[in-house]
Amino acid sequence: MAEIKNYTLNFGPQHPHAHGVLRLVLELDGEVVEKADPHIGLLHRGTEKLFEYKTYLQNVPYFDRFDYVSMMANEHAYALGVEKMLGIEAPERAQYIRTMFAELTRILNHCMWLGAVALDIGAMTVFLYCFREREDIFDFYEEVSGARMHAAYFRPGGVSKDMPDGLLEKIKSFTERFPGLVAEYEALLTENRIWKQRNVDIAVVDKEAALDWGFTGPMIRGSGIAWDLRKTQPYDAYDKVDFEIPVGVTGDCYDRYLVRVEEMLEANKIIAQCVAWLENHPGPVKVDDYKFTSPKRAEMKGDMEALIHHFKYFQEGYHVPKGEVYQAVEHPKGEFAVYIVSDGSNKPYRMKVRAPGFAHIEALDYMCRGHMVADVVAILGTQDIVFGEVDR
Amino acid sequence: MSDETMTKEKLQDDIGVAAVSDGNAAIAGLRAKFGAQVLESHEGLDCPVVTLARECIADACHYLKNEHAFEQVMDICGVDMLEMPDWPQESPRFEVVYNLLSVAQNKRIRLKVGANQRDLVDSVTEVWSTANWFEREAFDMYGIIFNHHPDLRRLLTDYGFEGHPLRKDFPLTGRVEMFFDEAQWRCVYRPNALEERVLIDRTWPGVDRG
Repeated sequence: MAEIKNYTLNFGPQHPHAHGVLRLVLELDGEVVEKADPHIGLLHRGTEKLFEYKTYLQNVPYFDRFDYVSMMANEHAYALGVEKMLGIEAPERAQYIRTMFAELTRILNHCMWLGAVALDIGAMTVFLYCFREREDIFDFYEEVSGARMHAAYFRPGGVSKDMPDGLLEKIKSFTERFPGLVAEYEALLTENRIWKQRNVDIAVVDKEAALDWGFTGPMIRGSGIAWDLRKTQPYDAYDKVDFEIPVGVTGDCYDRYLVRVEEMLEANKIIAQCVAWLENHPGPVKVDDYKFTSPKRAEMKGDMEALIHHFKYFQEGYHVPKGEVYQAVEHPKGEFAVYIVSDGSNKPYRMKVRAPGFAHIEALDYMCRGHMVADVVAILGTQDIVFGEVDR
Repeated sequence: MSDETMTKEKLQDDIGVAAVSDGNAAIAGLRAKFGAQVLESHEGLDCPVVTLARECIADACHYLKNEHAFEQVMDICGVDMLEMPDWPQESPRFEVVYNLLSVAQNKRIRLKVGANQRDLVDSVTEVWSTANWFEREAFDMYGIIFNHHPDLRRLLTDYGFEGHPLRKDFPLTGRVEMFFDEAQWRCVYRPNALEERVLIDRTWPGVDRG
């Protein structure tokens, strides 16, 4: 009998379905994956090193560039972490604005995910549908921060400025339209025979494995564990809004798809509640302490104190008390956290970002074993990988 | 009971997760089991923090996972204490920080161990599979060596990279730059000539800056 050797396949880093830059070394037995070895780091930019040389305010925009499809959710973890270290709390209006935009970001992320995964598996139309809605949310981003993607809107102490007039009505009309649009995606996919053949019973992860591999977010909920930091360790206004946590049953790719689609609808509910609250509650959107926020432009023109505060805030920054904090948020992809170590100065001593995608792609080997080469794309898709956060 | 705590408990009951309780049971258990190897413990800003002797970290993680239901390790990272103000000279240079999460009890705990450059820290990959890459990253970034690790390769830096970039004595601009060499028709490294710029100084409150 002839000797049969395993075949090694190099997937990426320029493969269109590698979701960025992933080099994946697959060891194949025929078409069955025996071992998958992801080589990450092709997008490593040394952000954690840069943090140590920047003031706390200068570090905000770096967070947009971690997971570059859910920008504000990244900033959220950082803003909350620094606030906790400073011992301040954002005003209630800022908390609601942050909650609302964090949920808009969740829709933004899940739309990107759904479109990209459907495209990977061969459904072109869903991609176009999803990007239509992303466009609306980018417009909201632009109105509120001036930037369509890298917003730098959530700051320690609140948000950078209040929303412009008329934005709430636009968001409100979006929330009214959105459930119908999700129904359009579902009409294309949920009962689609090809979609089911590609997803049902692919990469089944049971509860123990999900915990062992550090899964969070939709990945752990797809495996049937109702774990959501918005409920269990609520931050900002999440304990004041009403929503449900969708949970999967079998823990396969199809369940994770259903969980994410359902999450979009739940996010939409939260946004509607935040809009209703924000319409009736004007107020400050950042803490009333010029050590941690910039003074108003008008005040700066006439008041020497305000001018000094402005200068100090943007030049030297504020000093964060010595200590450390681990602040996690329920990011669209899972638990996104920052571990900040401060030495009492105006720059972080060490800042570590815990990216959900990092733990998920580590489990790629576990999830791929025994599956076909074609399933690798579906599995990579279901993990919702973005290399900005994996490589940092 | 105030309304606020009522809603909080209700929220947590909805999905069958217990309300946040004190994390001291885990610390008391660690103290009983490991005695003097628990070097220090305190209540941090966000969760209890325990500093352990380096030798017992793998056993302590086994114990916390099996006896106190810390099913997940959320994050493992290194910290270089070289430039930390008031850091005692005799203390180990690096800290390895483990952030654990208990899904069943809705609790977090942070473990720390110290390590010097050539010290071996026992790997916790056997306790949680996900620790594998976090330890590889700490090795890559700080050169902390994990004992019994199944596959301790570099993770994020380039193939053939030299040095450990997150150490405090590694320059921000790096030591080499990459360029495309026409003669060899490939990318090569050469020492970089970048100067490090400091736009805003690191300052401490109350320190006279002249």
